[in-house]
Amino acid sequence: MTAVVTAPRAATLDKRVSPVTTLKNVRTLAWRGLVQIKHNPMELIDLSIQPIMFVLLFAYVFGPSISGSVEAYLPVLIPGIIVQNALFASMSTGFGLNIDVTKGVFDRFRSLPIARTAPLAGRILADVVKQAWSMAILLLVGVIIGFRFGTGFFAVIGAFLLLLAFALMFAWVSVLVGLSVNEPEKVQVFGFTAIFPLTFLSKAFIPSTQGMPEWLGYFIDHINPVSFLITAERGLLVGDAAVLRPAVISMLWGLGIAAVFIPLCLRAFKRRV
Amino acid sequence: MTYAIQAEGLVKRFGETHALAGVSLAARTGTVLGVLGPNGAGKTTAVRVLATLLKPDAGHATVAGYDVVKDAHRVRQLIGLTGQYAGVDEMLTGTENLILIGRLLGMSRRDSRARAAELLERFDLWDARERAAKTYSGGMRRRLDLASSLVGRPEILYLDEPTTGLDPRARNGLWDIVRELTDDGVTVLLTTQYLEEADQLANEIVVIDHGKVIADGTPDELKNQAGGQVLEIRPVDDAAAAKAALVIADLTGTVPDVKEGLVSVAVTDAAIMPAVVRHLDDAGVLVGELSLRKASLDEVFFALTGHKAEPEITDTAKEGAGV
Repeated sequence: MTAVVTAPRAATLDKRVSPVTTLKNVRTLAWRGLVQIKHNPMELIDLSIQPIMFVLLFAYVFGPSISGSVEAYLPVLIPGIIVQNALFASMSTGFGLNIDVTKGVFDRFRSLPIARTAPLAGRILADVVKQAWSMAILLLVGVIIGFRFGTGFFAVIGAFLLLLAFALMFAWVSVLVGLSVNEPEKVQVFGFTAIFPLTFLSKAFIPSTQGMPEWLGYFIDHINPVSFLITAERGLLVGDAAVLRPAVISMLWGLGIAAVFIPLCLRAFKRRV
Repeated sequence: MTYAIQAEGLVKRFGETHALAGVSLAARTGTVLGVLGPNGAGKTTAVRVLATLLKPDAGHATVAGYDVVKDAHRVRQLIGLTGQYAGVDEMLTGTENLILIGRLLGMSRRDSRARAAELLERFDLWDARERAAKTYSGGMRRRLDLASSLVGRPEILYLDEPTTGLDPRARNGLWDIVRELTDDGVTVLLTTQYLEEADQLANEIVVIDHGKVIADGTPDELKNQAGGQVLEIRPVDDAAAAKAALVIADLTGTVPDVKEGLVSVAVTDAAIMPAVVRHLDDAGVLVGELSLRKASLDEVFFALTGHKAEPEITDTAKEGAGV
């Protein structure tokens, strides 16, 4: 019935998205996530200045009291603050997603002949790059004020990969929040109220749980997955702890989080759009 | 006659609400189909189904012959969508927004840049091309949004309330663009709550209320369908209006409305005109204005839905964003 207008073009239409196109779509949308920073200096501050500030404050204010000197505290602090920063930063995935959904950008993407997974995958990929950037900044500041790597090059690469892998899985929590609330600001509120206690009730800023109520020390040492991740990061960066067991436990936690939250995200996604 | 868009019996429920309760519509290739209805009538839901964003619970729809559910990917290669909320990335510049779409559509870097420049020029955004879209006015955002939906030269374009919140100048500019597009052979499905907009742009109109099509046809057909013509008489002297009303009531058999010296009545037979003039003359009523016109779409809308349409564009545009 539409012979005249559409027939010539119809012959060139693809039935579905090819894997190569999918990868290109993801790359383009990841590019978009990174170009956004250019026009939003606040995000660059979030990613750079804020972590630097935290390192300096903790190192110079708490370091001497906790470990006797700034230098002695840095092996505790740097891996801890890297993990804390990664968890906070993972909230930006949900934050950005929420903006896309509420502003109609997501509808535009979904009306395009692109891979269905590309908008989310592109965003997550961009966020992984941002995570790596923040971690590099934190390490750099640490080294400037006296942090020393106690391991080799490959261990440090391993520290990056472990952190990014965990952040990638943990980001699904923020995706769910981003899809469930109606304002981007609420994602931030959630991030703060959930992640702040989660990271402070871990080994992030303390060398040991000595002197704490027994139940609290038990939670920090044996339950909180953040502690395992921090221990593994310390092992990989400082070399003062066994890596394998805490790394495996933190990855299992990450997989568990992803296994629970990915289906919930898909359900929320279907309901939302 | 070919149809670019065809929908039959579309049903979509959100919990208890029937956003669409069996909507059928068809847009002829190369024309503008106006989907007219008040807020919450189901217009946006209909567009989302036709744009492959939502699966209907029942019924089916085809775009250029392709099923919007089974052949969604093919449909997406043919359509452009401009939503109710301008779907532009506010953190990106105008140029970047358009390049993003071009790249996603598989254009090379150079082609997407060239296409972006062409569209920025055409939509009067050239000077703002290097600014982040968050600094744009409402009218500029709408134009960028429309430009984004045209990057891939779609054959079928959905415009979901494209002028809501725009001031009259920005609105007129957008209307001109829509006319240009149809001149190029693009099929446009336009939703609007503004009768004037549908009257201006649409070749055919479907009126939707509570998820159902309650009328369809050309603007003229709709006007005829709901009350035919309106006879209006304004005597030179306001005081004579009552007298004129009596004369008209005698002639037509219906009691006319009298408001501020204007006597108006719906008539079905235009041949009544000479008799009206004669009788008014006999009664000694001096007539200042006398007209026989088609019922306005406002009157049609009221007759069809039992409630008034949304306020006129000029009222709402005041609160809306500038050009």
